[in-house]
Amino acid sequence: MMKILTVCGLGQGTSLILKMNVEQALNEKGIKADVEHTDVSTASSMEADYIITSNELAESLQGHSAKVFIVNNYFDMGEINNAIKEHIES
Amino acid sequence: MRFLEPDIVKIGVEAADAESAIEAAGNLLLQEGLVEESYIEAMKEAYRKNGPYFVLAPHIAIPHARPEDGVNEASVSLIQLKEPIVFGHIMNDPVQIVFGLGASSSDEHLILLKKLTGLLNDTTNVEKLSNATSYDEIKNILEMER
Repeated sequence: MMKILTVCGLGQGTSLILKMNVEQALNEKGIKADVEHTDVSTASSMEADYIITSNELAESLQGHSAKVFIVNNYFDMGEINNAIKEHIES
Repeated sequence: MRFLEPDIVKIGVEAADAESAIEAAGNLLLQEGLVEESYIEAMKEAYRKNGPYFVLAPHIAIPHARPEDGVNEASVSLIQLKEPIVFGHIMNDPVQIVFGLGASSSDEHLILLKKLTGLLNDTTNVEKLSNATSYDEIKNILEMER
């Protein structure tokens, strides 16, 4: 199963919002994946296929074995759909 | 669980910088006993340490900390800034609306985030919240979402 991490500074609020919207986008596309939300330091030591996060935090995840990509507007389903299309579906 | 009731919403707030805007949103929660003073400190500390990643969409900031930093009840406050403030986000600056999120470890936390996501996934709501001049206008926006 594909594993995706949504990551924020504390792993409490914003990563959970992103997880909800990413899961919705994946469902609509019919992509099956295990989506987990976590904080940036825990994420560094976790295995995953993809990490989705903000621009600020992406820098501190450079060098992670997962493919890291950025979403700027966590509430813009269009942007989230495009990001998934570009990085996961292609 | 508290979500944008009249006493935790304030319109036309003046703030000098990002930290005082975070403090203003946190103070609404503090006044109602929903969080402790330590939680507001932790929100500001998270901003200093991790930067403005919680500016999640254009003009929208959702500062928060961890439940153990001093949350008494899952809650969301709102301040609408009189003048937009730069938080330092590469794409989403300047911030006009700050939601103070009192993060709890209960299921209510998830319910609040779902409500917030439902509200903000509609971009016209962001504009309406930015332009609202009274609580009644905000109440109308919230009722449309139900």
